[in-house]
Amino acid sequence: MEIKTDDYSVAYEPGTQTVNFQGSLRLSGAEEYADITQLLSEVADQAPENITLDLQNLEFLNSSGINMFSKFVIKVRQQGNTSIKIQGSKKIPWQGKSLKNFQRLMPSLQIDLE
Amino acid sequence: MNDGLPLEGERQMQEEIGQVQIFGDFNEEVPGTEEYLVIGFSPGSMPLKQRWRNNGLSADFLAEYLATFFPGNEEDTIKADKTIEVKSAVSYVANELLENAMKFNDETSQQPISIKLEMHSDRLVFFVRNSLKSQTIVKFQSYIQELLTGDRDELYLRQLEHNGQDENSGSGLGLLSIMNDYLAKVGWKFEPSPKHPETMTVTTMVQLDL
Repeated sequence: MEIKTDDYSVAYEPGTQTVNFQGSLRLSGAEEYADITQLLSEVADQAPENITLDLQNLEFLNSSGINMFSKFVIKVRQQGNTSIKIQGSKKIPWQGKSLKNFQRLMPSLQIDLE
Repeated sequence: MNDGLPLEGERQMQEEIGQVQIFGDFNEEVPGTEEYLVIGFSPGSMPLKQRWRNNGLSADFLAEYLATFFPGNEEDTIKADKTIEVKSAVSYVANELLENAMKFNDETSQQPISIKLEMHSDRLVFFVRNSLKSQTIVKFQSYIQELLTGDRDELYLRQLEHNGQDENSGSGLGLLSIMNDYLAKVGWKFEPSPKHPETMTVTTMVQLDL
């Protein structure tokens, strides 16, 4: 599963159960985020033990994108059988500021900022 | 919020529309800045979808422009990190403000949208101005009241949970994230457009401490 545009790419690596994000996400709303939402849903539906979101190369995320990730976290939390780990980067300032909100939605969610 | 008859407070607000109203931390008289940048967007005939890219381009441009005023010494990693952090904050805040302005602007009003970034020694100040459809004003002002008086952490959580259940809502997270994640002070000024008093405009002011 992969989505690729000039501004960003999203790819699922089944071997490591990791969804890899690259680039900049500034789409205008839920409708525009639908493809990515769909990809994340399909990963969640497989109910793996853990899903890793690799955001180390996600340079920018707008609030509609935060909203998209939040919906995903809530969906996984409601399913109840999958844990989430977020891999981020200390070099990307928005991550230090906004990722912790996902933990408030799902306390078991792990955040690794390297 | 109900969709039926207006509540007493809303009736009052409806009477006040057409006058100047200020909410939150709004102060146009921030003194002594010589450095600022203004970008103005003419009322567009191109649909919003096609113009959407401009929000990010403009926000990033403001961030880059600002960075030229930061005394730079490439070997000073603390300063370099601070510059990256501030640039990132400007990109995020300006992008969110422009997204909101573009989304809520009254396209029939033929009013331009503008963003101004003032550079002060201790803070950055954004002013974004757009027109508003009069029927959205009461709901917007109610939301502002909630933002100002409510527990914002709880509001943020509630908004995220609410968005998780509701397929169709707009995210409503822009202003909340600016206040909660970027610790910015926000204020709003509603006033009739000087040249076209039948059109209401809103100026959103955001202060980011440096």
